[in-house]
Amino acid sequence: MTESLSTPVNSGDLPVLLDVKALDKTFAVPVLKNLSFQLRKGEIHALMGSNGAGKSTLCNIIAGIHQPTAGEMYFLGEKYTPNDVKAAEEAGIRMVMQELNLFPTLSIAENLCFKNLGNKFGIIDSKRLRERATKLLDLVGLDDVTPETPMEDLGVGKQQLIEIASVISEPIKLLIVDEPTAALTDPQIDLLFEQLRKLRDQGVGIIYISHRMDEIQRIADRVSVLRDGQLVATEDIKDIDVETIVNLMSGDLDSHSISIKPGIRPPKSCVLRVRTLSKVGAFEDINLDIYSGEVLGIGGLIGSGRTELLRTLFGADVADAGSLRFASDDFLFPRLMRSPEEGVANGIGLVVEDRKSQGLLLQKSLLRNISLSILPQLTNKFAVVDKQREHDIAVEIAQRLAIKFDNIRAPIASLSGGNQQKALIARWLLRDLPILLFDEPSRGVDARAKTRIHELIREQALKGKAVIVVSSETQELMTVSDRIIVLSNGRMAGEFDRASFSEEKLLEASFRFYNKSSPQHKTNDKEQQDVSPTH
Amino acid sequence: MPGLKKLHLPWNSLGLIGVLIALILFFSFMSDYFFSTVTFRTLVNQIPALTVISVGMTYVLLIGGIDLSVGSVMALSAAVVGVAIADFHLPVLIAIVCGLAVGFIFGVTSGFVSSHWKIPSFVVTLGMLEIARGGSYLVTQSETKYIGDPVAFIGDPVPVVGISAALIAAVSVVIVAQWLLSKTIFGRYMIAIGTNEEAVRLAGINPVSWKIVVFAIAGLLAGLGGVFQLGYLQSADPNAGIGLELSAIAAVVIGGTSLSGGRGSVVNSFFGVLIIAVMQTGLAQLGVSESSKRIITGLVIIAAVLFDQYREPLAARLSGKNKRIPTFDDN
Repeated sequence: MTESLSTPVNSGDLPVLLDVKALDKTFAVPVLKNLSFQLRKGEIHALMGSNGAGKSTLCNIIAGIHQPTAGEMYFLGEKYTPNDVKAAEEAGIRMVMQELNLFPTLSIAENLCFKNLGNKFGIIDSKRLRERATKLLDLVGLDDVTPETPMEDLGVGKQQLIEIASVISEPIKLLIVDEPTAALTDPQIDLLFEQLRKLRDQGVGIIYISHRMDEIQRIADRVSVLRDGQLVATEDIKDIDVETIVNLMSGDLDSHSISIKPGIRPPKSCVLRVRTLSKVGAFEDINLDIYSGEVLGIGGLIGSGRTELLRTLFGADVADAGSLRFASDDFLFPRLMRSPEEGVANGIGLVVEDRKSQGLLLQKSLLRNISLSILPQLTNKFAVVDKQREHDIAVEIAQRLAIKFDNIRAPIASLSGGNQQKALIARWLLRDLPILLFDEPSRGVDARAKTRIHELIREQALKGKAVIVVSSETQELMTVSDRIIVLSNGRMAGEFDRASFSEEKLLEASFRFYNKSSPQHKTNDKEQQDVSPTH
Repeated sequence: MPGLKKLHLPWNSLGLIGVLIALILFFSFMSDYFFSTVTFRTLVNQIPALTVISVGMTYVLLIGGIDLSVGSVMALSAAVVGVAIADFHLPVLIAIVCGLAVGFIFGVTSGFVSSHWKIPSFVVTLGMLEIARGGSYLVTQSETKYIGDPVAFIGDPVPVVGISAALIAAVSVVIVAQWLLSKTIFGRYMIAIGTNEEAVRLAGINPVSWKIVVFAIAGLLAGLGGVFQLGYLQSADPNAGIGLELSAIAAVVIGGTSLSGGRGSVVNSFFGVLIIAVMQTGLAQLGVSESSKRIITGLVIIAAVLFDQYREPLAARLSGKNKRIPTFDDN
């Protein structure tokens, strides 16, 4: 361990590097609201907040990827308005992305020197490349890999280190790192931290985004907490504890009210038992009972395995271990869904997270998109589609779900996100399956469509369907769900019934298994006891 | 266009018909011999094989695949039919069934290997191209097999109608294939798979089996093309159909089918076949050399794709409005 290097800095004396003033950013909805934030020279400043709090948006604006809707930034006392990433880089501001931007088939050396590969004749100068790459690899402790290795032969962790190496090798003044340690081993993290501290001591200001509390306490000098696009606190790390940070992130509970009443529910009965379901790298040992007439919410941070769990229940991905047992055969036969076709045959439908790339036929009409899953019911014995019935059924459900369209035969790409989402839901409602899974059902839709989608989800439960909803918005989960389970780092971290819903508890559970920087999915017995349901 | 709507012609068929008429008028004007029964008979004899192979190719391109093996499979099927008749003295109909079966088996294999193991169909069918070509040399012992009379009925004009059985069959295939595409669930799934295969999979429909069916049809039609070719030449040539897959792709692309899948029409591919055939026959009658013919054909293919790519903005500009013409996907 190299903790001794962490010389305490009296950061209060340091000059301001970046001054963000009253920043607003609106995409479909406001994401940043009047946000002000200061980064000093020579400090490591942790940025924390739950999903959608605005951390990434803020960093994207600082790095020049997005432009603010309103507000100003001052960098070293001068007005700073980067129009693109290049402008930010010229000012000395660099961001290391969570998702890597590398060329997998090129060598490490070529990746590291990509902007300056050749000599003046355009011939690759392999000697210079090799020297520079070796130097950079040493910097992040990768002296055991040769610069000629193709990038794709390295693990994600090493690739990430190389990305960081290439960024910090250039003269920079401000560095943003987003979840850099997710794929790193402990010694690699130590090395990374050593480099970050070195940069800090040279006067570089570092913004450090992470969900891992222990890391933040180890590396950060100050911490800022964002909530709903606003800065709620900036504190020295030694003056704040984990509990306070979680409280700040979750905010005031009374300010939100749960708008939809649970309603009179049909009798609940278990339709699906999920036992010890595991998928390597995504989630492990999931045990769940799914009930008809109930909306089960699944919470957790992005990347905690929620989407993968839904996809595995449906058959879009295949589990590595565990089983599903269905009420339809009295829970006698353990099964795993091996394809979506099998999922549907067993009564499961999934409204996917990424409607554009995985759900819709974008160039095709609203009509064709709605009818896709029910074509076999619309055909005569010669497999000829009854176009009149197809049209009538599509128009009927489009009206029922209040989908706005000019011409039902126009490409669905011309509709708004909310209407596209409702079309995707319509497709599954027409199938009338007993188990419906929704992954981020209201992402990128406006407030009105969102309310309508929530009503639809509740209606399905009242009709006796079993419904599961994954959402990154705690508020949405608490609105639509009868019961919520929380995944943390791929494991069940808590189960709450409606009476015990609280944003704070849900958030606390979602951070639970990120607190150790030990390898994923490993834990000791003491923590295991904490997993027991909280109600 | 209520009349056209009844025929279920895609709206852009009109343009292709226009081009076809323009070509016929052009060649009739340039050459005294073009507009004659001789020309007509030559054309009619040439197109049945290319027509049915283009129908299969349209299906394969629709689902976002490609089949490079059709020319070789056609030669192999013809060889099998020829050998069955000449060497094994099988009845003609049984020999034809054997030929079609060969095409079908090649199609199913291409479809299964590429869909099930997720290998690009380009590579799989490139391999099948070699296999089928080698097979046709093997079956014929690298010699052209003369069959003669037993298969003449395929290419000869049917009494009363006046056109060959092969052409009647080929046009029937076009009509049935267009009907399957625009009327049945199979057609819907082909278009959907070509548009977004993952979305189809996540809608609970298994795209793999449908893709195998499409390749099987393409193989079967290549076999049928082999039968037509055999009837036309009255012999089985192991070198037949070299490069035919490219002519078929050209015809399909001229007909406006998208190489990236999800959009296409069988009828328009047929017009593509006619345009290529008329052009080649016409140019030959004008005394244009083989080399120039190929250069002109190449230019026409590129021009057709360019036009197809930019027809919407072009149509908008021609109609004097900035509004994009909406495309509806009912066909």
